[in-house]
Amino acid sequence: MIGLLETGSGYWNAITWVIMVIAVGAAVIWLRNHGEDKYKKDTDQTKPFLSGNPEISKEDSHVSASHIYWGFTEALKHYYQPLIKLHTGNINDYSGWIVLVMAIIFIVVGVS
Amino acid sequence: MSSILTHSPALVMALPLLAAFLTPVVGRFNRKILGWFISAILGLTLGITILMAIQILTNGSMIYVFGGGDAGLTLPSGYTVPIRIIFHIDGMGIFMGLITAVVSFLAAIYSLSFMQKESGLEKYYALLLLLATGMFGMEFTGDIFNFFVFLEIASISSVALIAFRSNFSGEPAEAGFKYMVVSSISALMVLFAIGLFYGQYDVLNMATIASVMQFTQLDKIALILLVTVLSMKAGSVPMHMWTPDAYSEAPAAITMVLVAASQASLYALFRVCFSLYNISLNTVTIGWIIIILGVLSMFIGVTMAIIQKDIKRLMAYHAISQTGYMLLGVGVGLAVLANPVALNSFGIKAMEGSIFHIMNHAMYKGLLFLTAGALFYRTGTRDLNKMGGLANNMFYTTIFFIIGAAAIAGIPPFNGFASKLMIYESVYKFNPLLSIIAMLVSILTLASFVKVFHSAFLGPKLEQYKKVQEVPKSMLFAMATLACIIVLFGLFPDVIVKNLVHPAVMALINQTNYTATILGGI
Repeated sequence: MIGLLETGSGYWNAITWVIMVIAVGAAVIWLRNHGEDKYKKDTDQTKPFLSGNPEISKEDSHVSASHIYWGFTEALKHYYQPLIKLHTGNINDYSGWIVLVMAIIFIVVGVS
Repeated sequence: MSSILTHSPALVMALPLLAAFLTPVVGRFNRKILGWFISAILGLTLGITILMAIQILTNGSMIYVFGGGDAGLTLPSGYTVPIRIIFHIDGMGIFMGLITAVVSFLAAIYSLSFMQKESGLEKYYALLLLLATGMFGMEFTGDIFNFFVFLEIASISSVALIAFRSNFSGEPAEAGFKYMVVSSISALMVLFAIGLFYGQYDVLNMATIASVMQFTQLDKIALILLVTVLSMKAGSVPMHMWTPDAYSEAPAAITMVLVAASQASLYALFRVCFSLYNISLNTVTIGWIIIILGVLSMFIGVTMAIIQKDIKRLMAYHAISQTGYMLLGVGVGLAVLANPVALNSFGIKAMEGSIFHIMNHAMYKGLLFLTAGALFYRTGTRDLNKMGGLANNMFYTTIFFIIGAAAIAGIPPFNGFASKLMIYESVYKFNPLLSIIAMLVSILTLASFVKVFHSAFLGPKLEQYKKVQEVPKSMLFAMATLACIIVLFGLFPDVIVKNLVHPAVMALINQTNYTATILGGI
């Protein structure tokens, strides 16, 4: 069967997956079209409710890259702080890492 | 036609090499046709590489002896060892050659518009051709000293190309210098290892060295030197730090080729471990060393990527992370190489996943770097904090980015999913923890690209980008071609694995075939 990939413990067929996605997607759209019909475009109904505060402009509400995953990096700051420190940008350190890894491999291969 | 096929290994090298020296002449006469001339040369090279691939995958390895009367005669009468430079192209070599041919050709097409306003294009295109020549040479040669020469050609041209746009923002000259230093270290170590082989065995042909390998202390030292520096050239953690510098500062099309150049070093690492040493080395120890380098690369690469604000640095860290997958799968294959039961049970499949991932990575990472280049071309910045709402103006670039991002994150039905699934399932049988780490890295990869998508493409139109337009057609063509390859490889991965990946893996594993092709069964 074309598209059938043996993966080691099972099989993968992307064509079947695509057909399934199309079928499920069609069912979801069909269900959606039978849903609530009281939605009125371009009315207050479409605005988000922000505890009674006015909605800020879309341009001002765009979250920039620096703020995305702030919580993730903050929670992992003890992992990130030394990791960032290691990335000095200094070519001497780059060379040092090569020598260090070479020395470790020498020891590992030597004793094995 | 048969004559072209016979001499195709030499032609694939000669075309870009001679064109590189012709480029300044063509540029002097007509600068406008320069890009088209280079594209035509690299297109022709791609065509010949495809012909070679069909020939090799149908009839087996291809041999080309330089300077001999008969291109296929490795041992003329009276000789016991091959002394001429021999190109030895098997399933693995041509697999890599195809990657090089595709990315070099598309880099030239993309550059038609991307580099149009730059000065010194003769130098740029000549260096691109030399880089392609170096990569082809690294992948096709069967002579270890010849490999060193091509490694140097690729490295020197890469250095100049990384530093090419020193008039742009960033520090291209510094990145080029850093790459020059690490490349020089690697070249020196490779040369030292070659000296150790030549001093012991008096030969430079890799198949011949493999056939007489005693695995002495000197061979062990050569192995350690080669494993370390080739891992470094592939961008493996903790020797990866040159990668974000070099990848982010080079022009986008060149970054795509640099990814393939790193993979050529990865190929060399695999060639050394499997074809040169094979089971004569302590496969478990070296296999685990490669696995550990792979896991470190996967995890540290992706976690460093998440915190980046420069789109190309972010993608460069992902390139490191994806290299980890390749090291992981092949490392598992190497660790069980001496155990036929485990090798057949999951080792070969793990290697197939990894080797397939090399090609997939070249395609989707190439596409992602080209989309980053498209954003830079229109906005003049690589800073994600300064971008936003670009999907409103750059519809096709957005679609291509989504395809590339979905592929790298391992989302079905794209090609990255197929190769990653093969790695997960086969590596799980070796060590479940490694497989779980690989899956976690995929999730973090998705998170990282969601960040890029949100920062650069989503949101309302920003005032400063209201007049931004879609990129020119040549850039779109290069991106569209890669996107099509990604989708097709994702939909029909079995065809690629059966016809390209499996022969490549078997060429690596079967050392006897490798040596017998040159030495005639000695």
